[in-house]
Amino acid sequence: MFSERPQYILLPVRIGTIVASLAAALLLDFLPWKDIALVPDFVALTLTFWCVRQPRLVGLGIGWLLGLVMDTGNGVLLGQHALAYSLLAFAAITLSRRILWFPWLHQAMHVALLLLGAKTVELLVRLAAGAQFPGWSIVVGPLLGALLWPVVSFILLSPQRRPIEVDETRPI
Amino acid sequence: MEHTPPPFFKRGPAPLVRLAFFASLSVALLVLDARFKYAETLRSLIAVVTYPLQQVATAPGQLVGRIAGFFASQSALQKDNAELRAKLVASARDAQRFEATAAELEQLRRLIGAQERLALRSTPVEVLYSGRDPYSRKLMVDKGATHGIQPGQAVIDEAGVVGQVTRVHPLVSEVTLLIDKDQAIPVQVVRNGLRAVAFGSGTSGTLELRFMAANAEIQNGDKLVTSGIDGTYPPGLPVATVIRIERDAVAAFARIVCQPAAGIEKNRYLLTLSTDAKLPEYPEDAVQPERKAKGKGKRRKEADGAR
Repeated sequence: MFSERPQYILLPVRIGTIVASLAAALLLDFLPWKDIALVPDFVALTLTFWCVRQPRLVGLGIGWLLGLVMDTGNGVLLGQHALAYSLLAFAAITLSRRILWFPWLHQAMHVALLLLGAKTVELLVRLAAGAQFPGWSIVVGPLLGALLWPVVSFILLSPQRRPIEVDETRPI
Repeated sequence: MEHTPPPFFKRGPAPLVRLAFFASLSVALLVLDARFKYAETLRSLIAVVTYPLQQVATAPGQLVGRIAGFFASQSALQKDNAELRAKLVASARDAQRFEATAAELEQLRRLIGAQERLALRSTPVEVLYSGRDPYSRKLMVDKGATHGIQPGQAVIDEAGVVGQVTRVHPLVSEVTLLIDKDQAIPVQVVRNGLRAVAFGSGTSGTLELRFMAANAEIQNGDKLVTSGIDGTYPPGLPVATVIRIERDAVAAFARIVCQPAAGIEKNRYLLTLSTDAKLPEYPEDAVQPERKAKGKGKRRKEADGAR
């Protein structure tokens, strides 16, 4: 299972990258989608990514604040996403030392579980507040989000990769 | 309890402690918002952050719509034009009849000393996008408090009532559709004047008349219009048609399912209506017990907002 994949040495992450990626994820979530239940929650996915990769920098506090922004932007019960995202961030940080050892497919399965968990928290909150069960289509979003995990990882890690081209003037 | 060496680096409180802190904060907010509706000021503060993002996010769609409109084919436009002209002729005929009837009605009302009905103020709005919450049925429209939209206003299309404005931001507002599970509208059967309250049924896209006696005088195909006794919806707007009645001998109430008259999820352009009708104040002793009742208190607040 633990294949001898080459491990790239990454540059240290810049705060700007994190902020920009979270803003882009919020933007993607605020797009006027036709059926919101089928769309992956990009903010949850990006938050999971940074919690797994940089658990010292991104954590529960940022997840909670993002949740409040999502609650206001979507006009839903205030605290619904905040609760789901803080639980998601906690779970992602707890799993952060484990996930990255696995190949992409297994990582995506971990992430599917995390995203489904966050969705379940939202569902329970809404059911407790008196809403109706909206149908099983709500599990499609988290599963699609998990499928996007390798893509998101590639995109968000690309600013940290060292340039491949060799500098000819360098002695070694 | 296992013993761990003291940490070399200070990392702040343990993750579990943080989780407990943020989770309890979230639950407190949830209770404040769901039970007491105290979170609106906080919501409007955060909206300052989210509003530019939302504007940017909806801009491409609007641009595409504008470009598509520019390149709309001529034949489609001609067809539309012909249809609209035919409709205009029909509406003009109806309008003339309406004017005559309205004048007559006014005269009759004056005769019996009834309160004169005040003109409706209406604002055309365009639907921006449907609500981003799979648990409720809402729309966002492109006008807000700066355009004079107020919470509680009725929203209609050309066929009937679509919903009600439930939350107003400076430049956009949120419309809850009639078919939302928490939305209720007071109606009246046109045929015999029977009053009832229609509730949304959530996912199925129909309305339901609840708490109607099993022997209530109602039949398939009955047209329902707003009764106007709530002071929020103007009276006489088409709401729905009864499509199914299940009278069960065991249950005390009949199950009455209605199809909304308006194209609730089809139209792009809608109209908000507000009445300046001044209902007399509720008597003091009647207000006290109703404030405590949950559902009624909520509707009363909406009615107050509309006035």
